[in-house]
Amino acid sequence: MATDNKNRISVSEMIEEQKKKRKFLNQLEKLIPTLLLIIASLSVLTTVGIVYTLLAESVAFFRNVPILDFFTGTILKPLSQNPEFGVLPLLNGTIISTVIAMLVAGPIGMMSAIYLSEYAPDHVRRVLKPLLEILAGVPTIVYGFFAFTFVTPLLRMVFPSIEATNILSPGIIMGVMIIPMIASLSEDAMSSVPNSIREGALALGSTKLETTFKVVIPAALSGIIASFVLGISRAIGETMIVAIASGSSKNFTFDITQSMQTMTAYIVEVAGGEAAAGTTIYYSLYAVALTLFVFTLIMNLLAKYISRKFREEY
Amino acid sequence: MNTVMTKKINLQLVRNERREPAVQKEIVYDTKDLNLWYGETHALKNINMDIKEKEVTAIIGPSGCGKSTYLKTLNRMVELVPIVKTSGEITYKGRNILDKSFRVEDLRTQVGMVFQKANPFPKSIYENIAYGPRIHGINNKKILDEIVEKSLRGAFIWDELKDRLHDNAYGLSGGQQQRLCIARCLAVEPNVILMDEPTSALDPKSTLRIEELVQELKKDYAIVIVTHNMQQAARISDKTAFFLNGEIIEYDQTDHIFNTPTDERTGDYISGRFG
Repeated sequence: MATDNKNRISVSEMIEEQKKKRKFLNQLEKLIPTLLLIIASLSVLTTVGIVYTLLAESVAFFRNVPILDFFTGTILKPLSQNPEFGVLPLLNGTIISTVIAMLVAGPIGMMSAIYLSEYAPDHVRRVLKPLLEILAGVPTIVYGFFAFTFVTPLLRMVFPSIEATNILSPGIIMGVMIIPMIASLSEDAMSSVPNSIREGALALGSTKLETTFKVVIPAALSGIIASFVLGISRAIGETMIVAIASGSSKNFTFDITQSMQTMTAYIVEVAGGEAAAGTTIYYSLYAVALTLFVFTLIMNLLAKYISRKFREEY
Repeated sequence: MNTVMTKKINLQLVRNERREPAVQKEIVYDTKDLNLWYGETHALKNINMDIKEKEVTAIIGPSGCGKSTYLKTLNRMVELVPIVKTSGEITYKGRNILDKSFRVEDLRTQVGMVFQKANPFPKSIYENIAYGPRIHGINNKKILDEIVEKSLRGAFIWDELKDRLHDNAYGLSGGQQQRLCIARCLAVEPNVILMDEPTSALDPKSTLRIEELVQELKKDYAIVIVTHNMQQAARISDKTAFFLNGEIIEYDQTDHIFNTPTDERTGDYISGRFG
């Protein structure tokens, strides 16, 4: 023991020695918060940049087209001799496709979530959940193609008068695309409700279904609402599916078997066309994009408000 | 002289009568040769035990001895573990509850349960109490109001909570939450209340209040309480069962178990030599 002590230096001496070597690391340590702040600001700065561009170019647009005409106009003819820029046909297309998508994704996603979280045996859940999430990995262009070449012909059996491009089929397929999002996020929210609460309900003589609907879902409501809002945002922002399967008709109609254009599809069409910079049609791009942006912003704020209001904390 | 003697004897008689009331208490639960397995683990072995109305039956024993498992078998909550198998029978008011044709929801409506950790729903105090009656179809606001008040009074928590019925139950203290859970249980007017270590997460003062509550409740209900706390069992129960390794070692009047245990192991456990 004694010899050992002579040969070895003590731990505190070793630490002292290391300290000198670590000078650079210590300096870096001090810089870390600043470095991280800059990186974290990047996304904020990008957002600010985007909003600035949208606003600046939109202002140019509204110099040519009165803002009231834009938001109340039901006629959109950007390419005609006397162009008219009413955004309502696009808003209509976006809202209708989103509603169709949510009518598909909401119930199916919720029921999948309920099954996965409350009923599925462990081994079934472990297989089923990843499988469901594969649906979310399908590229949207494939979905669009699928809607156009498979779903629309299928729908023709039910609605013989359906147009080759229509809002119904991309709406349904967008719903299918959103199902895994709602199912997976809602399942997470429901699974994180403590078991003790379920036991409390079951011990009072509730059936499994009553426990699920009256205790678990209310307790998980904020997460479930969040999943719905994300789904809606996704549907509003979805571009490829509607661009392919719903065509580019700018009619203001509520007939879901007809072709309609959404805001996103309009942007694709105009940006892909030969709109020269500086023309009104070019600027209309930004005005529509701004509308879209405001739309999703309101959705997100609404979601925050609702989920805070319905929160049942556990 | 003579009269004094007879008076004394009469008093003695009165005392005896108090101890052994003339009215025979009805048996609520009768367990016959109950065996239970979690997969391969034999968790309960040949349990025979009867539980009477208007009595507090305590179940004591070291961790893992099967006392909670037995309690949860009484309202079949044990079935939430999918690998459970049982044999033997438990009759509740003459019907075998382990029979699959016995609707488990009916059983649990008549047999309330209070858990180790208070588990109120993340709803208001009012909604917590009203939940039970509601799922059984009672939706009349006036009747519900009455049930809520009666149940909270029954759990001696009405005065503390009457002004904040619509606050979230999660804002209550641990002891209040547990009494709220007891009140929630009373709202469906069960016959039996099962308590799974109801005070193990509570401070001494809250524990005392729950114990007092148990004494009150036993006037109307059969109470089965699993406890780690032997003093608690001695204080509040009429009968005590001592479980060890899935078997009942001894089941008798509480004072008998604590003062003159028949089995050596019971004595050892009670005096703190193991467990």
